[in-house]
Amino acid sequence: MSDLRSSELTDTGVSRRRFLGLTAAAGASAGAAALAGCGTSGPAGVGGGGGTDSVWVLTDAVENPIQTTAIDAFNRKSSAKMALFTVSNADYTNKLRVAMGSPNQPAVFFNWGGGSIAPYVSNGDLVDLTSYLNADPAWKQSFLPSVLTDGQINGKYYGVPLRGVQPVVLFYNKTMFARYGLSTPQSYADLLSAGDTLKSHGIIPMALGGADQWPELMWLEIISDRLGGFQPFKALAADPATGWANPVFAQTLSMIQDLVGRGFFGSSFSSVGYNDGAASALFGTGRAAMHLMGTWEYTNLLSQHASFAQHDLAFTNFPAISGGKGDPSAVVGNPTNYFSITKKAPDVAAAVSFLKKEMTSSAYVNKLISTGDVPAINGLSSRLATAPNSQFAQWVYAAVQNASSFELSWDQALPSATATPMLTNLAKVFLKQSTPQQFVSTMQHVQ
Amino acid sequence: MSGNRSGPGRPADQASRPGLLWAVPAIVFFLGFAVLPLVLVVWLSFTNWNALGTPTPAGLSNWTRLLGDPQARAALRLSAVLTLAAWVTQTPVAMLLGVWSAGRQRSRAVLSSIFFLPLLLSTAAIAVVWQALLDPNFGIPGWLGPKLGLTSTNVLGSPTFALWAVVFVVGWQFVPFHTLLYQAGARQVPQMLYDAATIDGAGRVAQFFRITLPQLKNTIITSSVVMIVGSLTFFDTVLILTNGGPGTDTTILPFYMYTTGFKSYEMGYAAAIGVCLVVLGTAASLLIVRFSGFGKMRSTLEGL
Repeated sequence: MSDLRSSELTDTGVSRRRFLGLTAAAGASAGAAALAGCGTSGPAGVGGGGGTDSVWVLTDAVENPIQTTAIDAFNRKSSAKMALFTVSNADYTNKLRVAMGSPNQPAVFFNWGGGSIAPYVSNGDLVDLTSYLNADPAWKQSFLPSVLTDGQINGKYYGVPLRGVQPVVLFYNKTMFARYGLSTPQSYADLLSAGDTLKSHGIIPMALGGADQWPELMWLEIISDRLGGFQPFKALAADPATGWANPVFAQTLSMIQDLVGRGFFGSSFSSVGYNDGAASALFGTGRAAMHLMGTWEYTNLLSQHASFAQHDLAFTNFPAISGGKGDPSAVVGNPTNYFSITKKAPDVAAAVSFLKKEMTSSAYVNKLISTGDVPAINGLSSRLATAPNSQFAQWVYAAVQNASSFELSWDQALPSATATPMLTNLAKVFLKQSTPQQFVSTMQHVQ
Repeated sequence: MSGNRSGPGRPADQASRPGLLWAVPAIVFFLGFAVLPLVLVVWLSFTNWNALGTPTPAGLSNWTRLLGDPQARAALRLSAVLTLAAWVTQTPVAMLLGVWSAGRQRSRAVLSSIFFLPLLLSTAAIAVVWQALLDPNFGIPGWLGPKLGLTSTNVLGSPTFALWAVVFVVGWQFVPFHTLLYQAGARQVPQMLYDAATIDGAGRVAQFFRITLPQLKNTIITSSVVMIVGSLTFFDTVLILTNGGPGTDTTILPFYMYTTGFKSYEMGYAAAIGVCLVVLGTAASLLIVRFSGFGKMRSTLEGL
């Protein structure tokens, strides 16, 4: 899982990255706290015995009331009962891990799909939802297919989307672009020449929160996707040992080092953090002209740098790279968050029925839209017009709908034993401490 | 040894001493919360476990991996550098401040209470504050760098400076604690030694090196053991300040153990690193105690 430190928990909560956040202090004691905390404060205390299903979600001021409403709505109509159990962002991942290794598993729990649930699937803990989805085509078809597919492990569905899509978007400062006679980058070459122009005016072309490592991963994801399409990563996820050998990855890393060498990210990106707001501040205060980030950055800028967000902020899809085989409509990032069900749930049928009835209900979806989320539900184009950020929301929705593929963030898709060294070694490539070849050979030998 | 006073170890003394029964709570606590976990960790280091299901026996594989792991070697080297640098920078500062603040003047009392303030702050708070202060764009380097004509204001993200930033922040945090030790130590030095030296014509510098320093021997050892063993297990400042980076340039051994265990969920391998840390920490403190003669409990007041 990503190693994130969240220092701003007061924002609107759209940032999925912050949800992942390991508050530094809590991270320090995460193991001990999780081990000590779980046995007693776990869902058993909430649900125990009576057939009540516990629903684990992250503590979140914006989302929790919506989830509570959904659960209340379900409980009124059903004899089975669900109970919401919120876990602080700081140690969710570790706490879940410990709970899943114990008899006190949650019945339904929030997750990121891919690698974040793969160990539980292979341990035989999760309910295979494939037959339930196939038995109810209307339910299955109500989700955006590319997003639902990302909840698959080994071709089977283990997760149902519970909230908005969060693809990576190229944000840029349109006022600054106009000032220096630049237009929206249509190609990678445009991006490079815009960078050179901006740099000659003393502006950092691209904000990058390199201190947190995971923002750097977006560059590896998007460039390799534009170069080689979805296939290289698919092969990599299937078998990391051989997958890295695909020359697309080494080429991507060389291009990244070229960007670093051009001063595209400024000279001190390695001490700029995203989680502490420094990268967004560079962008929001006009010291950097562009920022490649997930859609949550839009809401973040709106709350942290409101005037900038209203007057200067523009967004586009990452441009195509000439000669690249990838489809420029493809997106990468976080398709959404998912709810999964454990086999040990007191009432599996009730849990399934909860996901079926509430996750696509118009009341629930409308509430998500009203907070600025772009739910992973089909046929929302017109309803998104009522969103507070309707222009952006509709653009994101169209981008995801038209995307040929939605590549799940690699640190979520790959098992943590691979993802952790991948982030560290990628940081070394950005620092030019490792060559692309060294990265590839190191990653091939990760156990 | 001032053997003719009622020191420890006199047979007549033992009758009045409390029996073993009184130590039972402490022993039970120690067994349950120190020895048992340690035994479990040693056992875990011979297994593979991803924190789910049951650990599977792995023989010596974690240990052979540890021996051949360049990242672990680099982490060990960084830990050694950090420990040494922390000791070399903190000891003189803490000693001088401690001896100075041992004086009874009111001004010194006021200043020393200000010096001790960092002691009241949590490590996490200190690290978060310093991270903000050292921000390359919005912190002190971003403001001062251009005025000094520096081209790079990158501190925490610089392979060269990041470790020294950690050493500095750790020092800022812990110097007050060690100052307190030295202050107490310096106040224990009998005044008559200084009086005698003054009569013999010794100046302040000579008094410091001939009287204060030798008299502080046990304080130096105590402070050093705390510092060295503490630095070996140092972790939270690194996590918050640099997150082990840039790259792995501040990934010290305890941080490597944390990422292995709680990021990669390779609990078996993390346990092997943990055992390695326990051995190193114990060995370091035993060596210091053995070679300094601290274990003999020899008094610095012998002959007085």
